[in-house]
Amino acid sequence: MPQTSAETGTGATEDTAFEIAVSTRNISKNFGDVEALNDLSLEFPLGQLTSLLGPSGCGKTTLLKIIAGLLEPTSGEVEVNGQKVTGPGPDRAFVFQDFALLPWASVIRNVAFGLELRGVARSEREAVAESYIKQVGLAGFENAYPHELSGGMRQRVGLARALAVDAEVLLMDEPFSAVDEQTRRKFQEDLLGLVQNQNKTFIFVTHSIEEAVYVSDQVAILLPRPSRVSEIIRPSSFRGKGVDNIRRDPEYLDIVDEIWTSLRRYVE
Amino acid sequence: MTLLGYRLPGMSSLIIWGLLWETVGQSGLTFFIPPLSEVVATLFSVIGTDAFQKALAETAYAFFVGVLSAICIGIPTGILMGKNRLLDELLLPWVNVFLSAPLTALVPVLMVLFGFGMRAIIITTTLFAIWIIILNARAGVKQINRSLVDMARSFGASPIDAFFKVYLWAALPEILGGIRIGIIRAVKGVIIGQLLISIVGFGALFELYAANFLMGHFWAVLIVLFALAFTISEILAYLERRVSYYAAKR
Repeated sequence: MPQTSAETGTGATEDTAFEIAVSTRNISKNFGDVEALNDLSLEFPLGQLTSLLGPSGCGKTTLLKIIAGLLEPTSGEVEVNGQKVTGPGPDRAFVFQDFALLPWASVIRNVAFGLELRGVARSEREAVAESYIKQVGLAGFENAYPHELSGGMRQRVGLARALAVDAEVLLMDEPFSAVDEQTRRKFQEDLLGLVQNQNKTFIFVTHSIEEAVYVSDQVAILLPRPSRVSEIIRPSSFRGKGVDNIRRDPEYLDIVDEIWTSLRRYVE
Repeated sequence: MTLLGYRLPGMSSLIIWGLLWETVGQSGLTFFIPPLSEVVATLFSVIGTDAFQKALAETAYAFFVGVLSAICIGIPTGILMGKNRLLDELLLPWVNVFLSAPLTALVPVLMVLFGFGMRAIIITTTLFAIWIIILNARAGVKQINRSLVDMARSFGASPIDAFFKVYLWAALPEILGGIRIGIIRAVKGVIIGQLLISIVGFGALFELYAANFLMGHFWAVLIVLFALAFTISEILAYLERRVSYYAAKR
């Protein structure tokens, strides 16, 4: 059975076994009168993928942007590797829902853009970019422009760009929601491999229950009004069974069902 | 356009208007319109003269310095307005007022402020061109995709880097459009300046020809002026098309 810990999962005993890479403490965020996040605390284990899952309006993207340093919390703090976050930093890289590529720049320049901003010499950053372009399966498209690529390929560029800066933490904001279903499945499989090989901490925002359960070591379920972490689920048994078997695993199906049961009343 | 199955080259309609002009000119209806053939002949004889070359040089100088200042001041101002709410609130009403104001009425004030020389003409040219350049640069920056801004920030772009590597490029299609319209307005500005402030350049030629009823010369110089303005505007339109591949996909 999945291990679950009810209510804000900070006190859960099984979490203490993991080294924590990112932690958010008592985060509140107001936009004018609207309360987007209220006293939210969450911990993200090192080298694992944590999904933020919830109905729209639960503040999951807001939380991700606060961790990224793109938004300032009204109160509370974020720590990455023990360092308090005051803004964007080289320890975190962001993958955007709408890819956010430079449309006037080639694939290789887009992938190398993070390094370009850090002042890495051209030949050096292009060598790095090339290896990541190969890794995400875009070899041969180095000199193509974003408008010549499909949505899925564009997100591979976005992913390669985030990997190229070699940040410890990867923040992914519904990265696969703008690509077609088949591509998304392939992405999800690739992502599992990435989590295994890269030893990075992934924070993954999604609104798809199946996707969250499929890719995550830990699923944090956020509920709206007032925004809170209602539950943290750690799938335990099916991760090692290979990408093809996960969707048939009884535990996978149980967890998906369980999450839907708790979320359905928030869906109009 | 196609006619009877043949594809006509661009601007073929000019032939019809040229023929009409020739007919009216030949009929001797009014001294004001000499035949087109005569105007073209005059054009070639005028182009070689010292007076014309001098006028061209003076006008080109005032025009390019004026446009260049409008671009160099206008683009940063517009981008800053698009990025900074306070600056925008402060400047936008003025930009809009000057954009639609009859700037010709301001020229006498400029003469008082800046004298009767080249300086006042250049400033007039700049004033004609700058407002639309500011507005377009502002509009260009305003429509930049939010996540592109977030992207620049999250990958650690300094404000300078973000400006030159992201904002400027993302706003480029609008900026080029602004420059193109600004340049068309600058042509007006430079001629009005030359007519009102000090009689130099093409303005002087227009004065001279009109006062002496040399209509052939008058039209010839006008055609040269139109052709120059049109060429510059077409070059910019070409540049705009070069960036249009990403204008729709930012």
